[in-house]
Amino acid sequence: MARRFLILVPYLWLLALFLVPFLIVLKISLSDPEISIPPYTPTLDWREGWAGFTDFLSQLDFENFIFLTEDDLYWKAYLSSLQIAGISTVLTLLVGFPIAYGMARAAPDWRPTLLMLVILPFWTSFLIRVYSWIGILANEGYLNQFLLGIGVISDPLTILNTQTAVYIGIVYTYLPFMVLPIYSALEKMDDSLLEAGEDLGCSRLSAFWLITVPLSKAGIIAGCFLVFIPTLGEFVIPSLLGGSETLMIGKVLWEEFFNNRDWPVASAVAVILLLILIIPIILFQRNEQKQREAEGQ
Amino acid sequence: MADAARGKPMPHQGIFEPWTDPVAKPLIQFQNVTKRFGDFTAIDDLSIDIFEKEFFALLGPSGCGKTTLMRMLAGFEAPTTGTILLAGDDISPIPPNKRAVNMMFQSYALFPHLSVYDNIAFGLKREGMPKLDIHARVEEMLRLTRLERFARRKPHQISGGQRQRVALARSLAKAPKLLLLDEPLGALDKKLRQDTQFELMDIQEKTGTTFVIVTHDQEEAMTVASRVAVMDEGKLIQVSTPDVLYEDPRSVYVADFIGDVNLIEGKAKPSGDGIDLHWAEGQPVLHCKTAKPFGEGQTCHLAIRPEKIAIHSQEPEARNKLCGKILDIAYLGNISTYHVELPSGHVIKAQSANTRRIARRTFTWDDTVWLSWTDTAGVALER
Amino acid sequence: MRRFSWFNATSLTLGFAFLYLPMLILVIYSFNESRLVTVWAGFSTKWYGELLGNELFLDAAWVTLKVAVISSTIATVLGTMAAYVLVRSGRFSGRTLFSGMIYAPLVMPEVITGLSLLLLFIGIGLDRGVLTIVLAHTTFSMCFVSVVVSSRLISFDRSLEEAALDLGCTPWEAFRLVTLPIIAPAVISGWLLAFTLSLDDLVIASFTAGPSATTLPMRIWSSVRLGVSPEINALSTLLIGIVTLGVISASLVSKRNLMRQQQDEQTAARTA
Repeated sequence: MARRFLILVPYLWLLALFLVPFLIVLKISLSDPEISIPPYTPTLDWREGWAGFTDFLSQLDFENFIFLTEDDLYWKAYLSSLQIAGISTVLTLLVGFPIAYGMARAAPDWRPTLLMLVILPFWTSFLIRVYSWIGILANEGYLNQFLLGIGVISDPLTILNTQTAVYIGIVYTYLPFMVLPIYSALEKMDDSLLEAGEDLGCSRLSAFWLITVPLSKAGIIAGCFLVFIPTLGEFVIPSLLGGSETLMIGKVLWEEFFNNRDWPVASAVAVILLLILIIPIILFQRNEQKQREAEGQ
Repeated sequence: MADAARGKPMPHQGIFEPWTDPVAKPLIQFQNVTKRFGDFTAIDDLSIDIFEKEFFALLGPSGCGKTTLMRMLAGFEAPTTGTILLAGDDISPIPPNKRAVNMMFQSYALFPHLSVYDNIAFGLKREGMPKLDIHARVEEMLRLTRLERFARRKPHQISGGQRQRVALARSLAKAPKLLLLDEPLGALDKKLRQDTQFELMDIQEKTGTTFVIVTHDQEEAMTVASRVAVMDEGKLIQVSTPDVLYEDPRSVYVADFIGDVNLIEGKAKPSGDGIDLHWAEGQPVLHCKTAKPFGEGQTCHLAIRPEKIAIHSQEPEARNKLCGKILDIAYLGNISTYHVELPSGHVIKAQSANTRRIARRTFTWDDTVWLSWTDTAGVALER
Repeated sequence: MRRFSWFNATSLTLGFAFLYLPMLILVIYSFNESRLVTVWAGFSTKWYGELLGNELFLDAAWVTLKVAVISSTIATVLGTMAAYVLVRSGRFSGRTLFSGMIYAPLVMPEVITGLSLLLLFIGIGLDRGVLTIVLAHTTFSMCFVSVVVSSRLISFDRSLEEAALDLGCTPWEAFRLVTLPIIAPAVISGWLLAFTLSLDDLVIASFTAGPSATTLPMRIWSSVRLGVSPEINALSTLLIGIVTLGVISASLVSKRNLMRQQQDEQTAARTA
């Protein structure tokens, strides 16, 4: 009895506020496009029973999805999101790995402090961390002032409202997600492995490639997915730091919804984004599973 | 080993052997109990009686079902078929928190957020015992386990041996009819374990509680228990007092599991008060006294303990004797074990006490020696 | 230590400079006299004064705090229950769906979560406001809580609960008297995580808030879209300060507990 109560309460909550809303999105994405508020046709009439249900099903169609393929804005936005997410994942890895490596090699007394320093920005408002770059990257911003001041450049660089600013923003905000899993993989590594490698004739560099990198692979993969997956649907960073040429699907969805008020199309955009996300999410789950199994042995 | 093989002394009651008394009522009865986990059979049609005030040991290799048996007594597992009776009543419908049975866990399971005092008082508070009584009872338990000085400490502030005693005190505090101990000494080092074994026996006698202990350490089972049940693959192999288990095992499995043994396989031939064992080409026939009926040519295993084999430099006058060469000597301080290789290739282990200093020892490697034993030294086993 | 080379020192220095310089600049320029935020014109705290006099921000802060406290508290209860179900309940019908629903919101893009909840609230005719934000925040943060709590429960020695049952507890008493006090640190960090997520959320709140309620991130958002403003710098500094204080004191407390525990264990080993 108590057990059933324990299962039912969170279960029903999630059904009502996670699964049902998602089914509604699916239903609306298959409804007739109309620029207004619900109800959208077709509507499901429960009083007609099974006949009503089949009738409802037969009226659903893929009109909105066909519309998405016709307007090249949408598929370009999907592609560009994938590209931006991919490139920024690689950049974050390049920045994050040396930090994680340095932390894992630091004196054990220092490690908790360093760890805290990596986690601290994660607790700070995401919005504020993105916002802090506006002042730095603007034409008359701190970076340009500094570079002009030391005479490296003679004209201010245009960084804000470009793709570059978006990459900087993503690397900056998602860095902890990359550093933490890599650090935890590297920290577990036994130093004597490297000594054994060198003892068996590796140079320091080849010991790094042949021992350190393979052993931190699971951490690297986890970190990459933790950056890639949320970046794909990112909205705040492209809106604040990106320019008009920055096309990201999260931003398109927001605008479709709030500016164009076209809810059925917004729903269709969401459904496709989710379909794209399923692949990396499944791969990520599999990586985690494998790691758990490896640790369980 | 021979030292541990004696029965448990019960000084105040004369001979304590309720299992030989046909009118004695057992405290616990397992009646044809089977427990399956999916396809795996952990307990296979097992029946056993355990009597009041017994110190009963369940002994077996890991995975033999001994822990499952204990968890069924505590109420954490229910038998798939069969019944378990406690003082004559079926206990399967009673949840663990209502059973007059307490358990001492292998990990001790001390509540890390409570002091030693509160850990011991935990079960008493649940009973709704008046505060003063709780205090008196906890003090009594602290005295019994010599923990008075540590009452206010948290579990992580005391040593492993002290934690073990807190766990014991906590499970005894409610004065259960039956106390279950799951590998109670497994986490202690060898020296501390031996001391604690005697302490456990002492506490068991003082409180008069029935103890059921699960262990994989045969020496521990032999030391503490009044009776030992040897288990394997969910079945009872033999239930006996420690001395019977050691001196009169009923199967090769028990003979081999308890202590060190030489096993000689051959064909039996009834002769006089026992059998003659024909076991190897060119080797003398061995004689063993036995009451068990063996048929002519039946396979027979002669189990004989190393300490019952004497070792000589010259051929002795004896019924059973074999000649061989010393292959190895394991010097253990008080005793030495000699591995003697026979011309047939068999290796027989013989033990002798080192009553002399090492410089004056008689035998050394590659010496040719004679081994001998009496008719009654070995046990003839069918399987 | 042998391998801590100049390379490691450089990468750590540059890495942490990258992480902290932007926030540091924000903090410094919040004390700038001038409204032109990129030009230093002397020290002043006047923007803090303006911020505290700004009704819009104060209202939004109050709404945010209210939402965060209520939603993180409900989320902690639900998330702990869900973690308990995931770790302890073994098989039950619909378990796969259940664990799927726990993990999916962790990776679900906020725009989708926000959109779907909005469509639900409109579909059932629920007026949007504080209540709908609380419902939305509770839903996604309970999943984070359950992940934090279940990772603690997995390493929890189950025989502690069995010992409690053995000593006469009902299952609920065993949970209340034994399990909960021991997993409390994980439950508290779950609550803090839920609280922070709620404080921080812009996207889901924007979808589910409606005209009657505006949260602080929404207020910040509409202000920063117009560019950098000194009031926002001041506000950011306050938020960064609060978080820094919280995180540092939490880590000091846990460090002190760890040291005390180590000391205790040493004493125990000596008195044994």
